[in-house]
Amino acid sequence: MILSNKQKGYTMKFITIDKNNWTKGIDKSRKTYQLFGPVKDENGCLIKKLDQDVHPDMGYYESVMSAKSVLFPQTEKILFASLDESLEDHHIMKRAENDYSPRAVLGIRPYDAKAIALVKLNFDTKEFQDPYWCDAYDVTVFVGLGINKPGPFDFSTSVGTGPFCEENLDILLADLDDKYLAKILTPKGDAFAIACGFDTMADEKESQVLFDILRKEAEKNIASNVEINKLKDKTILELHEAPFWDDMAFSCINCGTCTYVCPTCWCFDIQDEARQKQAFRFRNWDTCMSPLFTRHATGHNPRSTKVQRVRQRFMHKLKYFLDKYDQGIMCVGCGRCVKSCPVNIDIREVCNMMNAYEKQD
Amino acid sequence: MENPYIPYPVRIDDIEIATEDKSLKTFKFVFLNEGDEEKFSYQAGQFAELSIPGVGEIPIGIASSPVEKGFVKFTVFRTGVVTSYLHNMKVGDIMGIRGPLGNWYPWDKLENKNVVIIGGGFAFTTLRSSIVYMLDPGNRSKFKNIDVVYGARSPGMLLYREELFEWEKRNDINMHITVDGTDDPNWKYHKGFVPQIVEQNAPKADKDTYAIICGPPIMIKFTQPSLTLLGYKEHQIIMSLENRMKCGIGMCGRCNIGKELVCKDGPVFTLEQINQTPKEY
Repeated sequence: MILSNKQKGYTMKFITIDKNNWTKGIDKSRKTYQLFGPVKDENGCLIKKLDQDVHPDMGYYESVMSAKSVLFPQTEKILFASLDESLEDHHIMKRAENDYSPRAVLGIRPYDAKAIALVKLNFDTKEFQDPYWCDAYDVTVFVGLGINKPGPFDFSTSVGTGPFCEENLDILLADLDDKYLAKILTPKGDAFAIACGFDTMADEKESQVLFDILRKEAEKNIASNVEINKLKDKTILELHEAPFWDDMAFSCINCGTCTYVCPTCWCFDIQDEARQKQAFRFRNWDTCMSPLFTRHATGHNPRSTKVQRVRQRFMHKLKYFLDKYDQGIMCVGCGRCVKSCPVNIDIREVCNMMNAYEKQD
Repeated sequence: MENPYIPYPVRIDDIEIATEDKSLKTFKFVFLNEGDEEKFSYQAGQFAELSIPGVGEIPIGIASSPVEKGFVKFTVFRTGVVTSYLHNMKVGDIMGIRGPLGNWYPWDKLENKNVVIIGGGFAFTTLRSSIVYMLDPGNRSKFKNIDVVYGARSPGMLLYREELFEWEKRNDINMHITVDGTDDPNWKYHKGFVPQIVEQNAPKADKDTYAIICGPPIMIKFTQPSLTLLGYKEHQIIMSLENRMKCGIGMCGRCNIGKELVCKDGPVFTLEQINQTPKEY
């Protein structure tokens, strides 16, 4: 399986973690692991690197931003060079030093973990591997937290994931009020549990039954869905030339919020900076909603209009990605873009419209 | 794991002004580290990122040819931040080159075929690379007739003038050099736009003839009908596209036409392929 952290020969197991021991346990793991997790501040809930005295807010409802920044920071130094011509290696670019000691992201939502598996298809390819993303991925333990009560924007079950989806997770936690039931899915997850000192074994059969009940209950709460079954059969040009894009994009203000909150949006920009005798190269999140994203140096712009840019975003997610990788659409149904869009553009409607579209001759 | 973002360090070995208005310069680079030239082994039609620390990177077609050893050459139009900075750099300056990137003209498929090369303005760089490659004594017998239609606004705006006029004298390549206009009474080549010169001078299509086009979008747009008139089918028209790029390795997401990424799946596509994608270039 390409999309999984699972390793051959490992049998998964269940443990229980008393919530009274949770904080002590994860603090213990900090000897080895940098921790990331949900924290609330004035901007809402974000997945952030946790300082020594900060603990994840495991009771959070949903995070404004996804967990993609754990592997793909909003801005990241990738190269540097000295511009001091008295040095032998001046103007020779080298890889910036980043911390790739083991890290664990606590309380990642299952759809966000699935999103990371989709993003991996872009950063870890046969021809090229993005060393920054891949190195971060390799050292990260994904400790998922199942969603007992999915919110109104969640449509994850109709796009191949769900509130208790295990894909790309090393541990899946189920919140049982006074304790967590933890399904340890990989050796990486096992090593993290050991580092925390979590070792109260739970009965395998009973635990699985409990997980199944929780999953079914949670899935029942998911009220919205999208239809994607017919997207594959349509041609790119057919959908690209469909008549609904103008209406659909009409209210868009190209703010780019949808792209930043999206767990599967990976587009980035590369920018240089020079300070005194040091040069740095950074990569930053970019957005296909910006006209600059595609503007040539000549001024010519292949996606100069708003409607072209909005269409690009949805076509990329719902058609180009599907056709390119045959691994489903590039959306995990988290609903963040729907919730955050200031003009109420709803990917569920767009997806259903594309799926239902039949070209009129 | 090789880091695809780290450029090979190079030294500027020579800078030549390429056009009379000085808006284009040809930069010759040599690799600082032994072995890098071999790692940079490329095919005609590929491009690379010219990388200036602290300033930025630009994707530029490789103008030197795989058969030319010891250096790589790029001809750069001064237009933005990085190209303007580069135009002010000096021989001996150190910078970087990242590549080779993208695909190339389909040299395997073009063996034993007639090849018609059509270029306009400063989009002649990878075509120059291709012509030098095909004319190399080791390669010339692999191809049948070679025709080249190359046009610029005026004689002084033609790139690689000395080479053009030398090729003109050879009998194993048919040159059709043209300018939009000139008041030079001694101008002995064509006058007129590329599409018209193609229509009048390019060989008619048969199953063994392929056309390679590289030029500004407007030239490409108006040359296609000329080729169709001569009988060229979509799969016989090979084009090199440009789009804004950053990473050059298919990851940053901006240069796509449909599901194809110009930087990685291209820049070379047949018209048949392009006609299957949204024309966002």
